[in-house]
Amino acid sequence: MSKVFIAFQRNEDTRPIIEAVLADNPHAEAIESPAMVKIDAEGSLVIKRESIEELIGRSFDLQELQMSLITISGHLDEDDDQFKLSWLN
Amino acid sequence: MDMHATKKKLGIKEKYAHMTRGLDWETSYQPMDKVFPQATFEGIKIHDWDKWEDPFRLTMDSYWKYQAEKERKLYAVLDAFAQNNGHLGLTDARYLNAIKLFLTGISPLEYVAHRGFAAAGRNFPGVGPRVACLMQSVDEMRHAQTQIHALSNYNKHYDGFHDFKHMLERVWYLSVPKSFFDDAFSAGPFEYMIAIGFSFEYVLTNLLFVPFMSGAAYNGDMATVTFGFSAQSDEARHMTLGLECIKFMLEQDPDNLPIVQKWIDKWAWRGVRVLTLVAMMMDYMLPKRVMSWKEAWEIYFEQNGGALFADLARYGITMPECLKQCSIDKEHIGHQAWATFYQYGGAAAFHTWMPSDDEMDWLSAKYPNTFDKYYRARFTHWRDEAEKGNRFYSNTLPMLCQVCQIPMLFTEPDDPTTICYRESDYDGEKYHTCSDGCKHIFDNEPQKYIQAWLPVHQIYQGNCFPEGTDPTVEGFDPLAKVLEWYHFDNGHDNLDFEGSRDQANFAAWRGMATKNT
Repeated sequence: MSKVFIAFQRNEDTRPIIEAVLADNPHAEAIESPAMVKIDAEGSLVIKRESIEELIGRSFDLQELQMSLITISGHLDEDDDQFKLSWLN
Repeated sequence: MDMHATKKKLGIKEKYAHMTRGLDWETSYQPMDKVFPQATFEGIKIHDWDKWEDPFRLTMDSYWKYQAEKERKLYAVLDAFAQNNGHLGLTDARYLNAIKLFLTGISPLEYVAHRGFAAAGRNFPGVGPRVACLMQSVDEMRHAQTQIHALSNYNKHYDGFHDFKHMLERVWYLSVPKSFFDDAFSAGPFEYMIAIGFSFEYVLTNLLFVPFMSGAAYNGDMATVTFGFSAQSDEARHMTLGLECIKFMLEQDPDNLPIVQKWIDKWAWRGVRVLTLVAMMMDYMLPKRVMSWKEAWEIYFEQNGGALFADLARYGITMPECLKQCSIDKEHIGHQAWATFYQYGGAAAFHTWMPSDDEMDWLSAKYPNTFDKYYRARFTHWRDEAEKGNRFYSNTLPMLCQVCQIPMLFTEPDDPTTICYRESDYDGEKYHTCSDGCKHIFDNEPQKYIQAWLPVHQIYQGNCFPEGTDPTVEGFDPLAKVLEWYHFDNGHDNLDFEGSRDQANFAAWRGMATKNT
């Protein structure tokens, strides 16, 4: 199975997002570089709106991810509740 | 962040459907094929444009909202950087030369990409891709502007930042990235999307922006990191557009497969050749290094590109043949490119130097199979000679590859001590290429590539001197005249870093920033 990944800038906005992603995807691994965090995961990775909202204590629009996104790999499927990356093979 | 997520009246899927469909109309005064004359000549067959879906489902209203917020954040940082003399926090003034190359070689291409996506959007009959191309076109304009703004602060203090646009259209090494985009822009809209949207944005852009921007962060260049990441936040959308585009073409008609495969093969190799400049920046030009070119290639191309091509195999797409050579090249190209720029350092608008012992040890550790064996002795010799006052500059002009326009500096895949030359005959003339990959591209479209504006040929033809130059006068110095035509400040912009005005000024100003005298 191939790996998907997503990378975020490292800042106060992404700290709870990264925390939520790692909690929701136990198979994912975070790799820190200067100013950025890259999260790798076998097969697929899902980011859930509710999990982020619980951590930040306000409502969150998943399109806000675009503010701090650096790069992604895999096919994307996004709706109001989740942002999912996967390879189909 | 001062954002408020409000409860939506429509979900994003519905909103996207409403705002990207039904916006166009069937023309009545003119037939549709006259309104969209570029939609069919490349041979790509599209049956249902509505099958195009942007996975981000971004609509123009959200686009403006998020882009405006990105700009506010970026310009706050740029102001702070300039107001606080941020340039004196750089690791070392050698670093500046990497961003001189960025400003002259990459930022103007953002502007060309802006024009290219505007043209592609104009030429696609479908609304979905047209909206996506419009957003990317505006993004690319934003990238060009923010990069020029961010780097203009350096132009107040250092050499080589003063005339990037003029240089792009003339200078020998800048013809490499320029011709890459000209080649894409002069193709049809579908090929453009594979060239830039897929091969460059999806397969290769990570290699340019991610490690390089992380490198800028490591080297204290807050301005570059910030515009880099601000631009990169758009790239995830661009990559998605590139991938969507290729899936769309392949799903629309089985006849599209061989055409798409041919374009992928061509543009993957074209892109890899352009990235030689990035390999050199990462391995030699960043005083504090994040990762080697080889490591970046393994993560972002071998692993990630491997996953992508494994996925596309279900459509019948295969990994381009020429990329197999890259697993050999990754251990050589950065060293070969830097050796070339070092020798031609008299004709570059940035400074060059030989690595210190520490840096050579880093290179040995990162390139255990090649650095000590093929490069260290040569580099040490050049450095020793420079210390004795014999800094070597080549005053000849190199032969250029007819396709990628890089000087013939690459070696044979099976022999790193022999320069690789390939030759094709076309219409009674000989044309030279640097590799099997470039020769293959030339042989497929010779009518296109014989038109290449090759800087070295142009110099020899006398087309690169200021107006009114008389090459027959006694003591005529052709190189000096070419540099004048390039708008280089000869003696300040070029030559070795050691002894440069940048080196002296940076040391003096940093001294003033930390002392009271």
